[in-house]
Amino acid sequence: MIRLKVNGKEKTFEGDPDMPLLWYLRDVAGLTGTKFGCGMSLCGACTVHQNGEAIRSCTTTMREVAGSGITTIEGIAPMHPVQKAWMEIRVPQCGYCQTGQIMQAIALLKEHKHPSDEEIDSAMSGNLCRCGTYQRIRSAIHQAAKETA
Amino acid sequence: MKMIENVSRRGFIQGALASGVFILSARFVAQPLWADEAEVAPPFDPAVWMSIASDGTVTIVAHRSEMGCGSRTALPLVVTDELDADWSRVKIEQAIGDPKYGDQDTDGSHSVRSYFELMRQVGATGRTMLITAAATQWNVSPKDCSTEPHFVVHKASGKKLGYGELAASAAKLPVPSKDDVRFKSRSEWRYIGKESNALFDLSDIVTGKAVFGMDAVMPGMVYASVEHPPVLGQKIKTYDDKAALKVAGVQKTLTIETFKPPHMFQPLGGVAVIADNTWAAFQGRKSLKIEWDSSPHAVYNSGPYRKTLEETSRQPGKVVRNIGDVDAEFAKGGKIVESEYYTPHLAHASMEPPVAVAEYRAGKVLAWAPTQNPQAVQETIAGVLGIKKEDVTCHVTLLGGGFGRKSKPDQVAEAAVLSKQLGKPVKVVWSREDDIRFDFFHSVAAMYMKAAIGPNGKPTAWLQRTVYPPINSMFDVSARYADDEMGLGWNNLPFDIPNHRAENGPADFHVRIGWLRSVANIYHAYAIHSFADELAAMAKRDPAQYLLELIGPDRIVKLDDKEDEEIAKQGYPLDTARLRRVVEIVTEKSNWAKRPMGKGRGMGIAAHRSFYTYVATVVEVEVDSKGRVRMPNVWSAIDAGTVVSPDNIRNQVEGAAVFGTSLAMYSNITATNGAIDQSNFDKYQIARMSQAPRHIQVEIVKSDAPPAGVGEPGLPPFAPALCNAVFAATGKRVRELPLSKTKLL
Repeated sequence: MIRLKVNGKEKTFEGDPDMPLLWYLRDVAGLTGTKFGCGMSLCGACTVHQNGEAIRSCTTTMREVAGSGITTIEGIAPMHPVQKAWMEIRVPQCGYCQTGQIMQAIALLKEHKHPSDEEIDSAMSGNLCRCGTYQRIRSAIHQAAKETA
Repeated sequence: MKMIENVSRRGFIQGALASGVFILSARFVAQPLWADEAEVAPPFDPAVWMSIASDGTVTIVAHRSEMGCGSRTALPLVVTDELDADWSRVKIEQAIGDPKYGDQDTDGSHSVRSYFELMRQVGATGRTMLITAAATQWNVSPKDCSTEPHFVVHKASGKKLGYGELAASAAKLPVPSKDDVRFKSRSEWRYIGKESNALFDLSDIVTGKAVFGMDAVMPGMVYASVEHPPVLGQKIKTYDDKAALKVAGVQKTLTIETFKPPHMFQPLGGVAVIADNTWAAFQGRKSLKIEWDSSPHAVYNSGPYRKTLEETSRQPGKVVRNIGDVDAEFAKGGKIVESEYYTPHLAHASMEPPVAVAEYRAGKVLAWAPTQNPQAVQETIAGVLGIKKEDVTCHVTLLGGGFGRKSKPDQVAEAAVLSKQLGKPVKVVWSREDDIRFDFFHSVAAMYMKAAIGPNGKPTAWLQRTVYPPINSMFDVSARYADDEMGLGWNNLPFDIPNHRAENGPADFHVRIGWLRSVANIYHAYAIHSFADELAAMAKRDPAQYLLELIGPDRIVKLDDKEDEEIAKQGYPLDTARLRRVVEIVTEKSNWAKRPMGKGRGMGIAAHRSFYTYVATVVEVEVDSKGRVRMPNVWSAIDAGTVVSPDNIRNQVEGAAVFGTSLAMYSNITATNGAIDQSNFDKYQIARMSQAPRHIQVEIVKSDAPPAGVGEPGLPPFAPALCNAVFAATGKRVRELPLSKTKLL
């Protein structure tokens, strides 16, 4: 049996320990804010936090998160400064990738309080957006950095 | 999850508006939306569109799908504005698929164009009736009453009543005819054209509450993943599921019959693994052993196919537009220029892969899907299962991107077919690999261009030929000419050239071909504007000035295309003054006159009209010593006529520059022996943040012209503008996409 915390709540999992966290969150725990995009850590739509660090839940197995604290978009108290900036800059188009983008951005701002364009590009380039909202994502991260300063 | 449960309690097909006290209920006479849709637009019944509850909540139905272009926000905003309601008290109900809404296929960038006036009428009718109800109650003339958001007011007496208070009495009034309805003047609009408009679903999106197709569930459902035939049309010869059934969580396997041509939107066929969760279904598939029979499409190899297309493009084709006599002009001798361009297949790769939930019960189907076209879901499922389309109820979730792929509901039909076999609801989830390998691909295309150049460097004759398998091959297996795509930037060249001929050559299809954001405009604009830039360079002229000369004097271009002519009459003629204007604006904003040239830096320009919207784009590039291309800046000017949400339009055009970066620089789908070679974002690349243009600036031309398209028109000029910039920077001409195929050093 695997024990973990999801958004502060104790959870146990008795299924296949090789199941990726993504599918546990979506199909078992019913937390659908975390999205499936590629299954290979190529797109970042499934980004969540493991003990505060951004991970791709589509390639992280339940075995690997045993004992960890997992935070999903549902565990971020709205409106977090990053979410607020996302709304003010009106980042989303279809919105599907945006929860992954936001989770990645929150992790980035923990590490770099005031990231440069290059630091943002480097941290965010694992998160694809087919609608092409990158410019607004970059602006929103700068704005959120100002707010949290 | 909540959403689905609520709706199942409501039953299959209960109207969204049952809770409203005031429901517009009379019939308006149908307005023909555009030529080929008039037949599907039924008598227009506003009861479908809007209601007001006694607490003042206004419910507006969104009948078009939301895939990121903003129509679910824009059309209800138009109703709200003419109703003079308060947007914060508006609820939006997403419509199920039903012909009573007219056309629901959210494609062709025409949601606002086709429905702007109807939505105005719905709102204005409601406002007029609320005013009448208040005036009656106060015993004053309606003429002396006006509105402020959510209230009717009588200025003289200072009386004021809320819409909620008036709803019951307004509902009893006869519905006024359009002539008796009080429309707002443009200056009275509170929402239309305003910067403050934001997407209705914005806060749900950023908090993860928004429900996409991937998030839809039904009680008691199982999960399915389908192994499709690798080559189009293959059938299962034998299969062995012993190992698959041993995978933890796998329940059983089922087969789906391979479609009978023509394909339409039918399932491809294959073996489905049914499981307790998505991952178990994916795992089970890996252990399937399937032997497929042969298919005539196994001959498809991208290299040789390209040669065939190119050879065809060098031969005379079907003439789709003819002005003057290009042959006579070519025969005169003089300076002749020829050039060829090639673009590959593309996959849509929406961030949300195809997915659907469906339940078959007692001859009826209930489906939830991220579909651009819920009526096509009804028709496709009805066709595949042999039931009536009225017995298929399709609810529409938010779409995690669509770009044309989700106009085709094959995966929804898969869920329905499997549910019928299993007797329980089924969620079909396509992996990214399924999505890329089994797309309805944007077509590969070859273009041949030839011009005779006059003494002033301007062409005196311009011949253009385009060859690719048509989308219509999905509906008619014998279709080899792209008749339907000619209006997408090929039979409407807006250049001032005395001799011009546009042709289309035949091609066979071997994979499913479909619409992808701006469709054939992508390769048509690429060929036309690359060629124009080649001629400008040959004439040693400024490419922007040369482009303006090609566009020529302000005029309405005569079109030979029937549909275009029909729509031109509705206020959408091809007006070269508007094309010229966007070129002028974009050159000014980009400081074109002082642009860097050569030594690895340069700018390129292109301008294209599509979906009745005019866009000009300038791309600035830097090419480093290793041949890597960066784009510090992109400028676009867009004239889409009247706009509803300007900030969303900027977002769409910014996004088009990124989508354009993907297809111009990276994306390339190829086939070997009929099977697609790419399957995920490692080999099928789309632009990442670091690869996208750093700054994209969008200028919206202020216009009172009727609203035109927004979702797609930003895309066509991007690739040629980028390639022309690369030429300016390096002297290398890019005659095929993606750009990564051309050595820049």
